[in-house]
Amino acid sequence: MTTVSESAVRTGVTTVGLTRRFGTQVAVNDVGLAVPRGAIYGFLGPNGSGKTTTIRMLLGLITPHAGSIRLLDQPMPGAAGVILPRVGALIEGPAFHPYLSGLDNLRRLDACDRSADPDTRALRIAEAIDRVGLAAATRKRYRQYSLGMKQRLGIAAALLQPRDLLILDEPTNGLDPQGTREVRHLIQQLAANGTTVLVSSHLLAEVEQIATHVGIMSAGRLIAQGTLGEVLADTEPTVRLETSDLATARGVLAQLGLTQVLIDSSRAVVSARLGGLAVADVNRALVLADVRVRAITEVRPALEDLFVSLTGEGFDVAS
Amino acid sequence: MSQADLRPVRRGSFGRLLRSELALVFRRRRNQALLVVLAGPPVLIGVAVKVSAPPPGAGPDFLGQVTGNGLFLVYTALTVCLPLFLPLAIGVVAGDSVAGEANIGTLRYLLTLPVGRGRLLVVKSMAVVVFAAVAILVVAVSGLIAGAILFGIHPLTLLSGDTVSVGSGLLRTGGVILYVTFALSGLIALGLFISTLTEVPIAAMAATVAITIIVEVLDAVPQLGGSRKWLFTHDWLSFGEFLRLQVNAGTLLSTSALQLLYVAVLGSLAWARFTTKDITS
Repeated sequence: MTTVSESAVRTGVTTVGLTRRFGTQVAVNDVGLAVPRGAIYGFLGPNGSGKTTTIRMLLGLITPHAGSIRLLDQPMPGAAGVILPRVGALIEGPAFHPYLSGLDNLRRLDACDRSADPDTRALRIAEAIDRVGLAAATRKRYRQYSLGMKQRLGIAAALLQPRDLLILDEPTNGLDPQGTREVRHLIQQLAANGTTVLVSSHLLAEVEQIATHVGIMSAGRLIAQGTLGEVLADTEPTVRLETSDLATARGVLAQLGLTQVLIDSSRAVVSARLGGLAVADVNRALVLADVRVRAITEVRPALEDLFVSLTGEGFDVAS
Repeated sequence: MSQADLRPVRRGSFGRLLRSELALVFRRRRNQALLVVLAGPPVLIGVAVKVSAPPPGAGPDFLGQVTGNGLFLVYTALTVCLPLFLPLAIGVVAGDSVAGEANIGTLRYLLTLPVGRGRLLVVKSMAVVVFAAVAILVVAVSGLIAGAILFGIHPLTLLSGDTVSVGSGLLRTGGVILYVTFALSGLIALGLFISTLTEVPIAAMAATVAITIIVEVLDAVPQLGGSRKWLFTHDWLSFGEFLRLQVNAGTLLSTSALQLLYVAVLGSLAWARFTTKDITS
């Protein structure tokens, strides 16, 4: 976990000791988010781990029981009036008036925004609609929209004004693979222009592709946070090799001091934790010992493995 | 924060918010249907009276006089619509105002714009007041048109027996409409307050209308005596005051004070609730 000197670095989102209870259950427990300015921060966690409650507190919808929040270096909810116009948000899915068209819904939101310039409204709405690829469906009533179209409209609403911070809760929910890719590109594009993006998702592979930083929530606590590299560095890479000389290979790996040597004889695969060794050295030792290696690779644990190992969701591969 | 980061509040933003809110209320089919339905009773009463004039003293006040002067159809229509139809229509719109947006989730997006919670509550209240005024106007105008066509508009014979000109009669009718709008402000505040309590609009609507009916029933229990004058429905039908030669300002003022009291108390409760509420929908 990195600590950021507040005076030196402008931050996107910072929380200290953020806590919220619902009844006796602690939904969010002492969470200290550190999202640097300009980062794409993947906010991960199983269902019910407190992601959405945290996001609602960031945006001033729910009052924390303890802790403090700063968005773009301004205190929330104290400076909500100045800060929130610079923040675009998608919170727990899109929500619009079903009997209004997509266009009228965006007009409604923009008309309610104190800082929105009415003279540029039509232009800004057209741009936002264009960005999410919804131009063909703007005149349709929202109730006739497909799930993916609703999601796109929600993202368009978050982009009605230039934003310095985007908080997107499951932005690709309900989108087809093509739409998912578009949203991923859009997020990268926005981040490239300096927008800080906090994106929560359960699609880990996807977050891994775009995130510069990640934070992992479990049972209300932030259990890991940092750059993607830092967080993944906590897990050791493994070596995986294909060979028919299973027993010899195991002996060599054990001799090299590798731990957790596992043999999958049905697939003729041996794997072990690399420790500090380089794969090339392992390969050399194997060849010198006359092991016929068909393939050898270093396997970096994916975010998903880390996520599962940290949160204990599903199959526990860590222990 | 650099100066460039500041987003100025644009001029006229309150007006745009109010217009947007009014458009939301009046463009909604359900609300349009409510207004259309409210135009019905005056016409029905007019036709019924035309077809068979009721014996004197039967039916609500003013009914007997309708045949003589179409203007009385306005008063009859208001008397008929005030106990149930108008509270129903207004209760639907007031109960829906906050709870409806909470229910479909648009409230969280409004608040993160940010629209300002107090500002939103004020604008929502204003929109409901405008809807209530339009609803009352629909009843009155429908009665006036039906009355004019069926019975004609004649100089108005007041309760005292004096007769005033058609112009003065219309002016007094305008006073009646204003008075009724004002008299319903307590009901509007009640509906708004209940609307901040729940995310289920239908519950807010039902509760508003149910409480109104209970209060009206209590108002009809003579044993409750003088304390009934504190009920927010008690003075709804006092618009007959405008049909006296000298309109008694005292009666109107006491009604106003009572309604303002309800608005102050229920409005404060709504404010306290809405500005501190956790938005979890």
